[in-house]
Amino acid sequence: MTEAVRSAVDSGLPRQVGMLARRSVLRTMRQPAMVVPSLVFPLLLLSINSSGLESTTQLPGFPTDNYLDFALAIAFVQGALFSANSAGTNVANDIESGFLNRLSLTPLRRMALMMGQLAGILALGVIQAVTFLLVGVAFGAGIEAGLPGAIVIVLMSLTISAAFGCIGAFVALRSGTGEAVQGIFPLLFAALFLSSMALPRDLIEINWFQTVATYNPVSYMLEGIRSLVITGWDGEALALGFACAVGLALIALVAASSALRTRMVRT
Amino acid sequence: MSGAAIEASDLVRDFKKGPRAVDGIDLRVEPGEVYGFLGPNGAGKSTTVHMLTTLLPPTSGSARVAGHDVVTEGPAVRAAIGAALQEAALDPFLTGREHMTLQTALHGMRGTAARDRGEELIARVGLSQAADRRVGGYSGGMKRRLDLALALVHRPRILFLDEPTTGLDVQSRTSLWEEVGRLAADRGVTVFLTTQYLEEADVLADRVGIIHKGAIVAEGTPEALKAEIGRPSVEAVPAEREDLPRMKQVLARFGESVPGSPKAVAVRLDGGDAQLAEVVRALDAEDIHVEHLQLHAPTLDDVFLSKTGRSLEGEAEEETADEEEEPEPTEAVAA
Repeated sequence: MTEAVRSAVDSGLPRQVGMLARRSVLRTMRQPAMVVPSLVFPLLLLSINSSGLESTTQLPGFPTDNYLDFALAIAFVQGALFSANSAGTNVANDIESGFLNRLSLTPLRRMALMMGQLAGILALGVIQAVTFLLVGVAFGAGIEAGLPGAIVIVLMSLTISAAFGCIGAFVALRSGTGEAVQGIFPLLFAALFLSSMALPRDLIEINWFQTVATYNPVSYMLEGIRSLVITGWDGEALALGFACAVGLALIALVAASSALRTRMVRT
Repeated sequence: MSGAAIEASDLVRDFKKGPRAVDGIDLRVEPGEVYGFLGPNGAGKSTTVHMLTTLLPPTSGSARVAGHDVVTEGPAVRAAIGAALQEAALDPFLTGREHMTLQTALHGMRGTAARDRGEELIARVGLSQAADRRVGGYSGGMKRRLDLALALVHRPRILFLDEPTTGLDVQSRTSLWEEVGRLAADRGVTVFLTTQYLEEADVLADRVGIIHKGAIVAEGTPEALKAEIGRPSVEAVPAEREDLPRMKQVLARFGESVPGSPKAVAVRLDGGDAQLAEVVRALDAEDIHVEHLQLHAPTLDDVFLSKTGRSLEGEAEEETADEEEEPEPTEAVAA
């Protein structure tokens, strides 16, 4: 390989990541139809839950007397589920339009493409997390762990967004179609509903539901965020929450990278 | 291999589902040449381009582009080529200038050099006024011109254009032809152009390869290919519709039937254009009044017809719903 070719091939990973991240963020922010529902629907569900299920706080052993404190975590995870849709749809569009082929013909590294895509997911995640925090606090939610806790909530929320975003990207890369991405959206919501979303796990009385919720990593993500809102610094809940979020993110990232290698065929 | 810009030998590509897409193609394109790859949808044009541009590994056979093997020297091939593939692959949410910034950056250009190159190309394809508009609002012709400009960012020696004018209006098509012609003439860029338009191949290509069902069935300059057919055809429309069968009988004396309008009779003249007068006399002798009579010089469609037994224009119409299958993802040969 000549020096010129080597130079062309090695055009700099950080710069490639930066350019693709910029594109990903611009693309996301220029699609209000993708950003607005990911903010509005979680807030809508939050308002319905916190007003309709307030009496649940009377249950013996319920960890708080304000259901908004309990339900606030749902908004973060639900918002992250929208990341799967957003990331998957963007990747599917790139495949269907041939844009991925265009990128394949440049000296682009696959890792740069994945990282650039992640940047778009995280940009949306920051907007979601900050919005949910501000709205929650404005309507009376208290963050027991204070400002540092709020920052950790944002970090955990971003990790969850990255995990679900990579799942969306993986499905898009495997299938090559936006329809398949839309198809997994209800499944991801089912994962949210079959978790400790509405009740603490020890208060779920139906055995199978409690078992499913116990094995469902979404429960631990919710409980990690919830601990910072309700109880303050709970090392175990945070460790489990981050472990589930980071673990899922890593598995999804590896799966998406593998699917990208197959999809982005070039010799 | 001795200095060819593109060279392929017995190139084959199979897909898991469906027929063999490319079935043993041999071709050689010289530096600076405009090579037209002509064929209907589904003939194997795009699959060939995907293999030559390293986006798809061949099932068997070999190909070298810019002197580099497309399987073992993919990065070197990509450094030497530019490509505007089927459908302008653009992001509707980015502006033309943002596309250019991304493309120059991915090719490793920086600072003023990248900006100047981007501006030069945007101006060259006539998009300076629209450069800050989102591409989603561009016309088909504007998208194609931007696509071409992006393919030229790194000054490629070889340019692959996969059906660059499909779906464009006449004005946009002509404008793109002029730009491609300039690239080849002024810059010595080798152009590998796939098309299903006879006129496009005729106007642009120095040499044409006609592909049918994955194989090249004819190759040469447009003039040589047409000369190979040699004989012109005559098409006649009777003044009275009921005379059509009799007209068919009369014209059958002068040559084989060729496809024409449903209201007309068309035959390839065995004796060449000198027979035209005889045709007129024969029709007059049979008292068949003629509304319209036209002599057609051989076209590339005639070449396609003679090699495949089918009309390219007819095939294109029949197969518009049967778009060429996109290459399926397969495991990459190398990272």
